[in-house]
Formats: sequence, structure tokens, C-alpha cells
Amino acid sequence: MTQTIRTRMARGALLLAATTALTALTLAPAWADKASNTLNVAFAAEPEPLDTYKIAGREGLILARHIYDGLLYKDLDSGEIVPALAESWAFTAPQVMEFTLRQGVTFHNGAPFSADDVVETLNAVVKPEYGTRYSISVDWIESVEKLDDHRVRITMSKPFAGAIEMLADALPIYPHEFFAENGSAGMAATPIGTGPYRLVAQEPGVRYELERFAEHYAGSPKGDASIERIVVRTIPEMNTQYAELMSGALDWIWRIPPDQAERLEGRVQIISAPIMRIGYVGFAPEALGGDSPIADKTVRQALIHATNRGAIVDAFAGGASEVLDTACNPAQFGCLQDVVSYDYDPEQARAMLAEAGYGEGFEIDMVFAAMPRPMAEAIAADLAQVGVTLTLNEQQYAAGVGKWRAKDLPAFFSNWGSYGIGDTAFILSNFFGGGADDLVQDAELAGWLTTADSASDRALREENYAKAVQKIAEEAYWMPMYNFNVNYGLASDLAFTPHPDEFARWWLASWN
Amino acid sequence: MLSFLSRRLFVAFCVCLTVSGLSFALMFLAGDPAIAIAGSGGRAEDAEAIRIAYGFNRPLLVQYFDWITSALRGDLGQSIYFNIPVTEIIASRIGVTLTLGCVAFVVALAIAVPLGIAAALGPNGWIDRIALMIAVSGQAIPSFWLGLMAIVVFGVWYGWVPISGAETWQGYILPVIVLSYYAVPELMRITRSGMIDVLSTDYVRAARAKGLPMHLVVSRHALRNAILPLVSLSAVQLGQLLSGSIVIESVFALNGLGRLAWESLLRSDLPVVQAIILILALLYVVLTTLADILNAGLDPRLRGGA
Repeated sequence: MTQTIRTRMARGALLLAATTALTALTLAPAWADKASNTLNVAFAAEPEPLDTYKIAGREGLILARHIYDGLLYKDLDSGEIVPALAESWAFTAPQVMEFTLRQGVTFHNGAPFSADDVVETLNAVVKPEYGTRYSISVDWIESVEKLDDHRVRITMSKPFAGAIEMLADALPIYPHEFFAENGSAGMAATPIGTGPYRLVAQEPGVRYELERFAEHYAGSPKGDASIERIVVRTIPEMNTQYAELMSGALDWIWRIPPDQAERLEGRVQIISAPIMRIGYVGFAPEALGGDSPIADKTVRQALIHATNRGAIVDAFAGGASEVLDTACNPAQFGCLQDVVSYDYDPEQARAMLAEAGYGEGFEIDMVFAAMPRPMAEAIAADLAQVGVTLTLNEQQYAAGVGKWRAKDLPAFFSNWGSYGIGDTAFILSNFFGGGADDLVQDAELAGWLTTADSASDRALREENYAKAVQKIAEEAYWMPMYNFNVNYGLASDLAFTPHPDEFARWWLASWN
Repeated sequence: MLSFLSRRLFVAFCVCLTVSGLSFALMFLAGDPAIAIAGSGGRAEDAEAIRIAYGFNRPLLVQYFDWITSALRGDLGQSIYFNIPVTEIIASRIGVTLTLGCVAFVVALAIAVPLGIAAALGPNGWIDRIALMIAVSGQAIPSFWLGLMAIVVFGVWYGWVPISGAETWQGYILPVIVLSYYAVPELMRITRSGMIDVLSTDYVRAARAKGLPMHLVVSRHALRNAILPLVSLSAVQLGQLLSGSIVIESVFALNGLGRLAWESLLRSDLPVVQAIILILALLYVVLTTLADILNAGLDPRLRGGA
């Protein structure tokens, strides 16, 4: 009897050992991530060609920030702007900045970094024919001059409060000789920077291999990277990413939907972090020339009272997301939170609608783009409770924005990421500053924003943004929804800190 | 035969022209490409600059005419997203799709034809029932589900094959199995019904009456006649396998043409979308023409009509 049990146990153990060995054998490269010091990453979307100035997608920008450096760097933990390729800088006149450059920095191709690189890179990308993707990032630069080998002067074309933010890693410096010879396409094909990682292989849009740059300059705000090699692949199907992560072949994935993050919890490391992007419903009182119920402030306020935003955000966003009262992210500079707030109160909503002459309710269209359908449907269901019939129409982002700018929509449900920048200028001025996306056309509001955007005095800026934020809430021009969060799925032995600007900093990552 | 070919070529040209014209118009109906390219966060000024840079502000007909005349000269333009020639991107992606599609097609044929013949030889027998079951499940199970299940079982639990990617040939094993699974039912059903029809004809009965062994009756007399519809269907199936592997390519992270088409569509990369549609239209035309020629070779009666 004992013999039989022992034999059985031995057989069982052998089988277990064999299975483990087989699994270990086939998964060997995956389990060796820590040992080989390789970070295996997957994105769902294909990164764009790695010329930062022409990239819109976050994936390409993340890779680019590992390869290139800017003159300055923003330490998000302290909120301070710190030196990077520039050692120091100062405003010598309201629209003139002078930079002293760091010495002894080399590019990945061995070329030394000097004033010529700064001058030629920035002067090239401000030209309209270069085709820089976001004009807002460079159109404030009038010209860049070389003072000597290690000093440059930037003259601004207009007052722009975001200038320093832009110089902080958003405008990378290219090696001037290589850049002059090969242009944008050449930079994308062979990215060469001064960053903590250099690109050793790429199959554009498919696979990228980065290696730690041994000669990365001392004193860099990006510090000494601890991970030796980073392999980035595009895996469009999230379920496939989960399988790879669970089997150990991947160490880092992101943008996991909340319901799936919940299910993965316990099997892998899941982190949820808030980001700059916020969801909103924009109303267009001006577009419809007063014919729409939306033109009535009381109606707009009633619609917000009627929507159970707390429940909607909990159910469909979860994680680190919270309901907002402001048309900007509380994490942004100038986004004052002391504003009128509209609680969920259908009774009051009904009373306000009756007061505005819409006691019988009304019908209205809402286009939504790049937002989850269940969320739009939940809003429509809440509004139906107070007699308002919301006709939903889901569109591609481009189609929705096109209709908004053509003033065809009374309400638009979408989101805005502020380019990941923690400054109210990058959201309010676009939607309320009088431009093409401003369907409110409130002159007073635009005036405050212009003052705030162009002043360099922080107190003055703060004061004017505060007035704007308060008026937008008071007038209920927007129904602010929530700040987005991002769920990251990580290997259990990876130490990684997410940041609200959605730029993954793998140079800070390490193994536990 | 020559007039048959020239007529087919003319039809092919018209098909490609119509398909590319329609798809060009559809791309613009789906939203302003300039805003799509500017991306989320793109301001009206950015979209306007893109509109001018890529000439989207010109009349649609002028844009189409420009594109088609360059395409006829072999110039498919630059990808807006990747900023490199379209031909270069397609060349780097087409290999994966061709490998996947052709291997899956051969596997599907190797399973479907013998199974179809066996089913026809014993209608309502157990082989026929199993074949029917495969056919029904093959048409009912969504490919992404089957793909993910295969990944979980063979990739995660057993770890026998890579979960995704095409860096090694093993990466093709699961996608080929899943993709071919969807081509089997139709090919098998048409082989079966063709065989059943032929097996009940007088000449087959005569062949059997003169004492010819069954395998010779099948291979010499029945199959050659039953195969005609199979050839036509095969052309369409191969076309579908090559053009319709978007889901499989996404699930298994294979960077083929299908995925490129889908992603390019999402980011309004018009030159790439147009080029892929043109290539796929051409592919269908070539395949169906080949099938017609093959059938004409197999059945002299078809040549008379041509």
C-alpha cells in the first residue's frame, strides 16, 4: 500500500517536474527579463516615425523622449523646471531668453553637442514648410541665434506663457550636421539624440529596440538608467497583450480598460494613475443662434443637475478618475477648484427646466467621439428621466470635431489631453479663447484668457484663469465629466512609477 | 483564347477603376482627413495647414485624377503617417500576409477536399456527420474568439508556441490553423455536393458497372468533373484569406497587409489605404481570371462560350 502511494507520488512528482521543465523551457526567454535586464513593452497603436516634431501619438513620443533631450526638463514630482541640455537660462527682456549650454555632451553618433545644434534644429522646425504637427509648440519662436559655442538666444514672436513648458523636453535638439543632411525623414529612419537610450534597431510601426547609452551626460535630469535594453512591439489586440504579460513575455503594457484591469488584478501588477486628459460635454449656445434650448443658461445648468456623473464615472471609468467641476484638470496650473458645483438632483433639474419653459422636455442631438458608448447612453438615460430626449450619434473623432467646428452640433461629448501639460492655458484657450473650437464666443472670457496666456507673472495668470474657470462653471458652458486614468499592467518584479503627463519614463524603471 | 483574355483584362481594368474611385469617395465621407491627421489635440490651425500641405482643399475629382495618373505610372505616393513611400511599406508587410494566406489555403484544401470526398461517398454516414459538425462550427465560431482560445491553451497554459508575432516560423502555427479553419467549411461543402451530383450520373454508374475499383472511379471520372466549382470557389477563398485576415493579424500581432489597411483607415492615411485597395482589387481580378483559365483547361465546353 505504502509502496503504491509512494510510486504514485513519485510518478506525480515526475509529471509535475516534466511539465514545469517544459513550461520553463518554452518560456525561458520570458523569465529571463530580469536576468537579461531587458524590458519587454507592448503598445496597441503603432508608433509614428521618430521625428518628435511630427508626432501626435503618445507611443512615438514616449520612444522619442528616451532618445532625444530638450534644453530643459520638468520634474513632475516637484513641479520644477530643471536644466537639461541647457545649464542655465534667463529672460533678458520680456520676449528674449538666453541659454547657457552644457558642455561635454555627445550625441549617439559621437558628434559633440553645441550651440549650432540648438540654432539649426529650432530654426528648421519653426518654418511652416517643415510641417511641425502642432503649430502651438513652435509658433511662439521668432528666431534662435548663436551667441558663442555654448550660448544661444531665443527671441519670441509673441508672448506665450507655455514657452518654458515647451522647451522642457517637448522640443528636442537634433545633431545639426546629420539633420541638415538627412532632414526629417532621415531623423525618423535613424534617430540620433543625446538621450539615455539609443535606438539600435527598428521596424517602423512594428518593433523597436533601445539600448542604454553609456555616454549619456552626467547631471542629466533623466539620471542613470538602470535597465539595459528595451524591446517595444506593437500588439493591437489587448487580449493578446494580457496573455503575453501573464506568460511573462511582456513586462509593461498600458491603457487597460477598467473592467479588464480588475480581472487581471492578482495575476499581474496593476497600477491606476490619473492623467491630464479630461472628458467633457461641450455645449454650443452661440452656434445655434439662440434657437436651441441650449442657449438658455438655466437649461444647461438643469442638464448637469440631471446627470448622475458620480455613478457614471464610477461605473465606466473607475480607478483614479473623479468627477470634475471645472473645464480643466485640477492638476493643471491655474485650474482653481473654488467654483459652483452641480449636484445630481433630478428634482431640481425638472424645476429648472419648467422655469425655463421646457416643462414638457425637448429633444436634442449629441455627437460623441473617442468616448465609451455606455457612458453616452447613461447620460441619455439620466436626461430621459427629466423629459429631455438626447439623440446619440457616435462618430470618428475627425468627423465629430469637423461638425463641431462647422457649428452643426448643439452638444459634443469628447475629451482633451492638453498635450499632457500641467497648465490651464493648454485647454481653456483652445475652447474659450475665441478660436475655431470656441462655440461660446464669450468676449469677456476670451479677454481674461488672453491676459493669462501672455503674462509671465504667475499671480496675474492665476487670477485671470480663476475668473475664467469660475465663469465657465457659473454659465455651465461645459458639463465637465472626469479626469481620465490609465491602467498599467506590469511584470510583478518591475518597479515603475507612472506620471500624469502619460509619458512613460522607463529610464526611471528598475527590477525589484 | 486571345479574345477571351483581352476581354477579361478590360473588365479587370474597369473593376480596379471603380473600386478605387468608390473607396476614394468613401474615405472623404468618413470625416475630414485633415482633422483626423491632426489628431486629438489638433487645433483648427493645424488641420488647415495639413489641408493645404496635402492638397485636401482641392476638388475631390482633381485629387482622384492626380492619384490615379501617378498610380498608373507606378507611383503610389508617400504615406502621410510614416512619411516614406507607400510601396516601401507595402513591400515590408505583404510577405507576412502572403505567407499566412497561402499556407492557410493549402492547409484548408488538404483538409477540405479529402473530407468532402469521404463525406460524399457515405452521405449521412459518420464521416459526413463529423464534416457537417466542422462546417457548422467553423461558420458559427468567431475567429477572434477561436484565436484567443488557441492562445490561452497552447500559448499560455502549455507554452508550446509563441503567443504573438512572426519573428520565428512557429509564430505562424496558430494563425494558420485558425485562419484555415474558416476556409474549410465552404471548400468541403462544395466538394461534397459536387461529388454527390457526379456520383449519381450515368457515366459513373457505367464505370462502376464495368468493374473499375472505387478509388479509380473517384479519381479518374468523378473528381475531374466535381472539381470545377471548387476551382472557382478556391480563387475567391484565396482572395478572402489574403484580404480578410485583419482579425487574425490583429489577434496574433502579425504585421501584414490586413492590419496595415485597418490602421491606415483609422488614421486617414489615404495613400496607403488607396494602394492596398488597389492591390487587393487586382489580386481578386487575377485570381478569378486564373480560375476561369484553369476551368477552361479542365472543361473544353467552357472555352466555346468564351
